[in-house]
Amino acid sequence: MSTVELDGEFQALPLEAIRSAVLERARSLGCGHAEARIERIRSQVVSLRDGRLETSADNVELGLGLRVVHEGSFGFAATVELDVDAAAALADQAVSAARASAPAVAERVELADEPPHGEVSWASSYDLDPSKVPLSEKVALLEEWSGRLMASAGVDHVTASVLAVVEDKHYADLSGTVTTQRRVRVHPEVEATAVNNDEGGFETMQSLAPPAGRGWEYLLGKGWDWDDELAQIPDYLAEKLHAPSVAPGSYDLVIDPTNLWLTIHESIGHATELDRAMGYEAAYAGTSFATFDKLGTLAYGSGVMNVTGDRTVEHGLATVAYDDEGVEAQSFDIIREGVLVGYQLDRRIARLMGLGRSNGCAFADSSGHTPIQRMANVSLRPGAGNGPTTEELISSVGDGFYVVGDKSWSIDMQRYNFQFTGQRFFRIEKGRLSGQVKDLAYQSRTTEFWGSMQAVGGESTYRLGGAFNCGKGQPGQVAPVSHGCPSALFRGVNVLNTRAESGR
Amino acid sequence: MSGATGPLSPADRVVDQVLEASASDGCVVIVEELSQAEVRFANNTVTTNGVRRDRSVSVIAFRETEGGTAVGTASASGATDAIDLLRRAEAHAATAQAAEDAAPLITPEQSAPAGDFADPPVMTSLEGLGSVLAGLGDAFKRASAAGTRFAGYAEHQVSTVYLGSSTGVRLRHVEKTGKLETVARADGGARSAWVAVGAEDLATVHVEELRERLDRRLAWGEHRFDLEAGRYEVVLPPDAVADLMAPLGYATSGREAEEGRSVFSAPGGATRVGESLSSQRFSLRSDPFAPGLECTPFLVTGASGQDVSVFDNGLRLERTDWISDGRLARLQYHRAGAERSGVEAAAPADNLILEVPGATSTLEELVEHTERGLLLTCLWYIRDVDPETLLLTGLTRDGVYLVEHGEIVGSVNNFRFNESPVDLLAKTVEAGRTERALSREWNEWLNRTAMPALRVAEFNMSSVSPAT
Repeated sequence: MSTVELDGEFQALPLEAIRSAVLERARSLGCGHAEARIERIRSQVVSLRDGRLETSADNVELGLGLRVVHEGSFGFAATVELDVDAAAALADQAVSAARASAPAVAERVELADEPPHGEVSWASSYDLDPSKVPLSEKVALLEEWSGRLMASAGVDHVTASVLAVVEDKHYADLSGTVTTQRRVRVHPEVEATAVNNDEGGFETMQSLAPPAGRGWEYLLGKGWDWDDELAQIPDYLAEKLHAPSVAPGSYDLVIDPTNLWLTIHESIGHATELDRAMGYEAAYAGTSFATFDKLGTLAYGSGVMNVTGDRTVEHGLATVAYDDEGVEAQSFDIIREGVLVGYQLDRRIARLMGLGRSNGCAFADSSGHTPIQRMANVSLRPGAGNGPTTEELISSVGDGFYVVGDKSWSIDMQRYNFQFTGQRFFRIEKGRLSGQVKDLAYQSRTTEFWGSMQAVGGESTYRLGGAFNCGKGQPGQVAPVSHGCPSALFRGVNVLNTRAESGR
Repeated sequence: MSGATGPLSPADRVVDQVLEASASDGCVVIVEELSQAEVRFANNTVTTNGVRRDRSVSVIAFRETEGGTAVGTASASGATDAIDLLRRAEAHAATAQAAEDAAPLITPEQSAPAGDFADPPVMTSLEGLGSVLAGLGDAFKRASAAGTRFAGYAEHQVSTVYLGSSTGVRLRHVEKTGKLETVARADGGARSAWVAVGAEDLATVHVEELRERLDRRLAWGEHRFDLEAGRYEVVLPPDAVADLMAPLGYATSGREAEEGRSVFSAPGGATRVGESLSSQRFSLRSDPFAPGLECTPFLVTGASGQDVSVFDNGLRLERTDWISDGRLARLQYHRAGAERSGVEAAAPADNLILEVPGATSTLEELVEHTERGLLLTCLWYIRDVDPETLLLTGLTRDGVYLVEHGEIVGSVNNFRFNESPVDLLAKTVEAGRTERALSREWNEWLNRTAMPALRVAEFNMSSVSPAT
């Protein structure tokens, strides 16, 4: 963890006066629990198309949100007026919201206990604050990257973009916990397109670099080898454009962590959110096949499957020191040797289900939204010790594919049936790679798929993937989250041809 | 001038003050005032609720430079110092190169009627949810007594946008957006139904009415059939048609089509404009003046994108037919792109309408005309699979029903589909009358839609989903 470096401008806001005003008013209105968040989120999108700047958007959000528990009902209110009078009035609004919904509240809200943590500060691990890097420098770097790709034969179009977010959050609750946290994250992405002018049609190849809880240094080569990645894209793209279309059927797959993280996110991450499993997301995100009665017994996958949730890993996108209910960040088991042993929790659901302390998965994406249960960094553990390398996993496949990079994804509302595509698919014949195919999608059911996982790669294959934009809740909220995983070998997975699926 | 803290100064004043302070060759200022109230429920209880006020300010500075015009933008939501934003936008413009999408700023003559620029923003509150909140307690009791579980969400949002430019444009527009989505689950979730409405305000929306429709659908599901994957004739209600037409609307980029990387590309840098997509006389259009679906009649954007340009801010929006008489008619272009391509500029409005002129059939009549097929309710988790064919994947959700000899005979398991909305238009055998619809998948981004029910041949149900 880096030394705590908080932003002077944010610290200069009247944080203490506002939080005191809003919490004292909430207390005097009879709230048993109240939590206030003052948040400032700086975000920037820079996007180039064929080496020319297309989009530049620079945004700052600043506001105050208050959630109260008043006579067993939640009430939430938010404002962008940051002064003491507006803060006190906000408490009245939140209590009014709680009162208005009280007649329709059948389940009294109670929260799992959490010890007060006093006044604490934390910052994520980064070197260069992206909001301090001049726009012209960002554009120049993306221009240079675009230029390298456009100079390659067979590349017709290039898009290069970066999304950078700096989140400063001041949290205080009635128990006396006061946290000030800063999180920094960046998502650079490059995509090359080749158009088949003779026969029509086109293919794309995207960078595999995951979004990361890092600063601008990530684009300068710390944590990712951009030179290597940019050098490889044109050749992979050219090969893909003329690759044979896949023959559908049942195949063994070696799935690279650059693809597998998303399958973990969809089929494990969301399925083990206890609010979902209990039906609280039934109208929107959906429920889960991993119902509470199966805790401790559900065979989620094969014996080599061990999955943890954490909000602690360095550079993880869901990593914090304290969540938005004042709960200290933790690491916990979700699947042990293939069996479901835990869920992701917030304080309400932890108390409701008698599970003791929350494991710290409450998050609101801005001061304007109420905290809901959001995903920890949910990760598949690698094999012990040196474990197999990706090459060794490939060598144990007679007839299959090696799947690299994520692209299209979709899963049903109970997290059974999923379909994923990828950036590149290499044919494996008798343990050796033999060139790319295209139009491949793999489709399976969660427990069947994870049950077919015969081997996980060792630590050398382990990588963090992730996304900025995991959606949940109404009104919709987005959350950043990382997923670590090794390469892994799956036997007998259903492979589709997407051209054939379209009836062509 | 409003600083980072303290009460907000009036939006129209913010626009004028920034424009007065602008030292650039051109400037556009957008203030959007947002007011929202919402309530969410599940398991026969209210779970979350909230009221929220927000303001966002975008400043766009234009600077004449070698070879054209450079642009700088800066936005902030919350209590922001707008002059500070202006300085940031100007600083970005100072180092930027000439923009590719440059065009002369819009003049009042090219813009829409002004509205009442000095009027304050319109606000909503929990009262904006109408009788919904009051109706929930009773609905939960009835659901509990019937052994069903009721879940859903109601939201009312009012956005007041103010737009001003250094060329004299001053515009204000109020857009009201409401919705109520409800799901009923019976038999531990084995049977479920979804019913929703989108409306400008929720005063006319009543929980009890939706609950009755849910009960009717649950009753259809009392006989259960397990069917295999395969290609089926399907009847898509208007809501499900909206689920599939929204991605088609988003795919109408002129630039992508010309670059050979879209479903609407033709070989050699040409597009498929003019090509027949269906033997049905479909019109797919956006229209800011469509009755009941009115939306902001001028272009508002804080940042340029593929087919939308900050230079076009304030541009009057009109009815635009993307598909007309079954043929691809137009693609999206900003003014600079349109000039390069020798076509007319076309920008979408915040609504989408699909219609077959003269069609009068109801959903029930389409079901009656079905010999054997599946009646769907809504679609979910829809994602692009192959942009070349606009192949989409997704799931059926909360109600798939088997139709035999024109009658609903029971419910069916869910499916994963792989299907392209462009192919869907070609495979439509019958379209119903157009009515207000709410896409379950996309309504957060596109609430105002009107769609017909469609009867479609050979819809590709790729695999069975055991999800309920």
